[in-house]
Order: sequence, then structure tokens, then C-alpha cells
Amino acid sequence: MTEQTPVVTGRFGAESSDTYDGYTRTGGYEGLRAALEMSPDQIIDMVKAAGLRGRGGAGFPTGVKWGFIPRERKPTYLVCNADEGEPGTFKDRELMERDPHQLIEGIAIASYAIEAAQAYIYCRGEFAFAGRQLERAIAEAYDQGILGKRVAGSDYSLDVILHRGAGAYICGEETALLESLEGKRGQPRLRPPFPATNGLYDQPTVVNNVETLSTVPHIIKNGADWFKQWGTEKSPGTKMFCVSGDVERPGNYEGPLGMPVREVIDGFAGGVKGGKKLKAFTPGGSSTPLLTAAHLDAGMDFESIAAAGSLLGTGAIIVLAEDACMVRATYRFMKFYEHESCGKCTPCREGCFWLSQVLHRIENGSGRSEDMKLLTDVSNNIFGRSFCAFGDGAVSPVLSSVKYFADEYTEHIAKKGCPFER
Amino acid sequence: MTSRGTQVRVASPVPARPPLSVDTLAAMQKLMGRYPRPRSALLPMLYLVQAEHGFVSREGMKEVGKLLGLSAAEIAAVATFYTMFKRRPCGTWLLSVCTNVSCDLAGGTKIYRRLKEALGAETEETTADGLFTVEEVECLGACDGAPVLQVNYENYEHVTEDLALSLIESLRAGNVPQPTRGERPKESNAVSRRLSSVEAKP
Repeated sequence: MTEQTPVVTGRFGAESSDTYDGYTRTGGYEGLRAALEMSPDQIIDMVKAAGLRGRGGAGFPTGVKWGFIPRERKPTYLVCNADEGEPGTFKDRELMERDPHQLIEGIAIASYAIEAAQAYIYCRGEFAFAGRQLERAIAEAYDQGILGKRVAGSDYSLDVILHRGAGAYICGEETALLESLEGKRGQPRLRPPFPATNGLYDQPTVVNNVETLSTVPHIIKNGADWFKQWGTEKSPGTKMFCVSGDVERPGNYEGPLGMPVREVIDGFAGGVKGGKKLKAFTPGGSSTPLLTAAHLDAGMDFESIAAAGSLLGTGAIIVLAEDACMVRATYRFMKFYEHESCGKCTPCREGCFWLSQVLHRIENGSGRSEDMKLLTDVSNNIFGRSFCAFGDGAVSPVLSSVKYFADEYTEHIAKKGCPFER
Repeated sequence: MTSRGTQVRVASPVPARPPLSVDTLAAMQKLMGRYPRPRSALLPMLYLVQAEHGFVSREGMKEVGKLLGLSAAEIAAVATFYTMFKRRPCGTWLLSVCTNVSCDLAGGTKIYRRLKEALGAETEETTADGLFTVEEVECLGACDGAPVLQVNYENYEHVTEDLALSLIESLRAGNVPQPTRGERPKESNAVSRRLSSVEAKP
């Protein structure tokens, strides 16, 4: 069994780590106290030097994002994207449930760095328990003088407001999230302008993911070089990997970026369930192209996974064993995109619907000989032709499964049905 | 996989609801004051409508519109975008079964079918006794606990067909079993109120 490298998950085993007392007993809020002694620019420089990249999927350098905020326009806002919904991903939920103060500390440091007096946590509505944990931790932080007027005894004031979503995957897209937070339908905005200059209420805004913000206190407390002892040159640090599907021990595991996929699946998660062979996996959730057993030596970092033909995404590895049907899995992924497409762009709204119909008929014995070509054709007419990244993500499972598992599609069509027992 | 044949079902009419209580209106005012622009409180306010009326009623949406200076159509456009806002009365217990891939590999789809059978209810339909509504949902972000069943948004993980059926029996008998984490689920109206974040600081 491979040893984990616990940084953001460091308190997961500790007693009452989800309370203020438990948190401060284990070094909590020391990063914030150190940050309040620094200037905002010093903090941004430190996060830039650490090379921290966004953990929500896109991997944009966090310090650079903070540096885009114009100093002369106030108010500025910090928004924490806690609307985790990428299929296969469950790291932010666990971080909020088990260590909510770590997130609050990261929010306070980030808000101070961009001189925001108001921060919002947009928490997925279905995460009822995580939401309550945050609500309780925020109240504790106010009572202990960590939030509100004079943060931790400094001259800086900050309000953090918890805002629950109401069931829409697209609100994890940052501009859709801002629309939703303004009380509108969660549909993405045209970019540019970017949220850094025209975000919430058209003001300069930073939107950061839960895991990203939870990492920040550790960097401030221990320094950029400490953080860079792990990971690769371009993807430094540690990352939570969510492993699920056909594995022995599904769960969240933290390890250095760049560690081989094989070690995550075998070393952390105990390998494929029942000693079966691995057929396919997503490296970063369902919106990242599927990879196969041929890619198990790829490193779990942004560059290596891209070189293997996919994306690191959220680091969510869904494992499919040899007896899993790729057509069924692809159909189920597509049903998700059909349901969650926000409807703004025609290629995505109609295309996801069509793809879902075609996949359904192949799986259920009515596939036609031209269907694989049709799947590719429709996918190529969605990819790059819609407003946000949703459409590109939606066709990932289709194009990659047709590429690697064409035989399974052919067999479904020839045999008029699914050849798998499971 | 489920059959995709077109089914025409006659939906029961959406019942009318009385005006919102003074308490709810006061809570809405509080929420509107929490944000630099009051419209940001729209989602939380819709949760409050649901808490009082059992769903996002036409009457409730009109009142929210009045408070925010928006038309009923503008409010409905938002309300219908989000799956957690129910457009007809919902059961005391909302059963949400994830059937996305990690859960499907572990039997999620079978559990969902079995529950529908046991309750004699179709997707998003409420049982005649008003106790249950069952729905098929997308990834609930707890794939390490697959398959996942939520009761009023509390997780019951690693659930089996038998466990799911005994869960219904318990709820029917008035016993709410302990979920995988956190506290036992409250009834749906109380949950909607909590989701409005009206009790949260600051």
C-alpha cells in the first residue's frame, strides 16, 4: 500500500478537526496570522512562487489569477466555488465536511490578498451535511474573531456568506456560478471580459475552488519551496485524487502531482476489484477523455495527462474493469450532459440530446451501421462550437470510447444488443 | 438500461397556495439585506417558498417577484432552471438515487428501479399518502460510497436493494435511520428552510 502525502487531508484522522478548537490545536489559523503580517502583494508573490494551480479542473495558476485584480477598483470579491459536481469527484465535499475551518482560513487569506471585504461560498445544494458543517464553522469563526470586523485582531475586516446552489452542474462553471449568485439562471457569460475585471456585480472577482483555497494556508505557513518539494516543475505540490468505480478501496487519496496513475489505482485504491483487468479510466472526471491500460504509467499531473491524450481535470479517476460495457458507460455519461446542458448554445443543447439517443439505441439493440460515424460527426459539431467548456467535456467520453473501443460498438450493432452480462 | 418509449402521463393539477406567512416574508427581507443587490437572495427566497408551500408555488413566486421588483415570468425562468426547486408538491421524504457511472457500476440503476416498483411511483411522482417522492439524480459527489441514495439530501451510502427497501419501511413506520454521516434527515419543508441559509451568520 502506497503512503499518502497528507497536506490538505492532514487533519482527516485527527479528533474534532472540524471544530475551531480541534483546528487551532493542530496549527489552524497560523497561516492567516502570518498572512496578516504580510502585504497583499507579498502573499500573491508567494502563491505565484509556489506554482499552485487551480484544483477545480482548469489548472490555472492561482497567484497569477489573484494578480489580475486591479487595485484601483473597489469593491472586489472572492467567491469560493464549492459547487462540486463533475461525475467521479468527491474531494471538495470531504474537505468541507471534515475540515471546514481550513477552507475558511484559505478564503480569509485570499480575500486579504485581493483586498476583498466580502467573500461568498457557493456550496452545492445537495451537499446538505457539508453545508451545515460550513454554516457551523463560519459561525464559530465569527465568534472567535476570525471573521467579521478586525480579522484575528488586525485592521482588516471580512464577511463570509454561505450561499447554497439549487441543483445545476453548470453552476460549477465560474461565470455561470456568478450569474446564479446574482439570482439568475446559471448560464455562462461571454469572455472577455473575465471575472478578474468584470465578475460578481460587474466588479473585480476571483473565483477559486475549495481544494485550491484549502491549500493556501499551508503555503503561507510553510513557504513556496516547501510546497514545491512535491510534484513536477510545472505542476507542483500535492493533490487529492478521487478514486471510484471498479476498485477495491474507493476513496480520496492525497499524493504528489505526477505520481503514476498505476500507483494511485493499485497503491492507494487496492487495484481493480476482484483482481480483474482494467479496461478504461477517466483521469479527471467524466469530462476528460477516457484512457486505457496502456496509459497506466502516465503521471497524474497536468502535462503528463495531456501528453497521454486527456486532461487532469479534477483528478477524479473512475475505473472500469474488463467486464464493464463501454457503450453503457458512455450512454450514462451522455445522459448526464443531456440533462445538465444549460440550453444556451444549440450545438450543445441539441447535440447532447442526439448523442444520448444514438448511444441508447446502440446499447439496446437498435444500433445502425452508420451510428459510429454519426456519433463522431455530432461530437465534432459540438466540440469547440459552444460558449463554455461544457460541450467539449460532453463529447470527451464519446470520442475517446469510439477511438479505443470501436470493437465494442461494432459488436453491439452486429449482435443487436449488449454483449456484456453485467 | 431503461426503456425510452414515450409515455404520456396526465399530471395532477398544481394546487393553489395561500399567501406567505409574516414570518416567511420577514425572513425574505433579511436575506435580501444580506447581499449588495437584493436579487442575489432569489434562490434562498425560493427555498423559503418551498419550505412553506411544499413546492415553488405560483403564488409564492408572485410574492417573491413583488419583493424583488421582477415579473412572475422572470422568477419562473429562474425557478425552473434548478432541479432542487420542485414544481409540484413533494413527499415528506425525497428519495434521490444516483445512477451515474460509479454508482451504476455498483448497482445504482437496479436500486432506482426497485424503489420505483416498491412505491408504485414514476420519477418525480409523489405516492398517494404524500410520504415519498423518488427521483433519479446525477452524481452526488460521494462516489467512494457508491451506490448512493439520499433521503432529503442526507447520504445513505453503499446501499443495496434490500437496504433501500428497509429504509422505506422504517420511514413509513416513523423511524428515521442514521445516515452515513451527519444527522438524521428532517422533513422536506424543514430542509428547504435550512437550504435558504437564513439562519447562517452573518
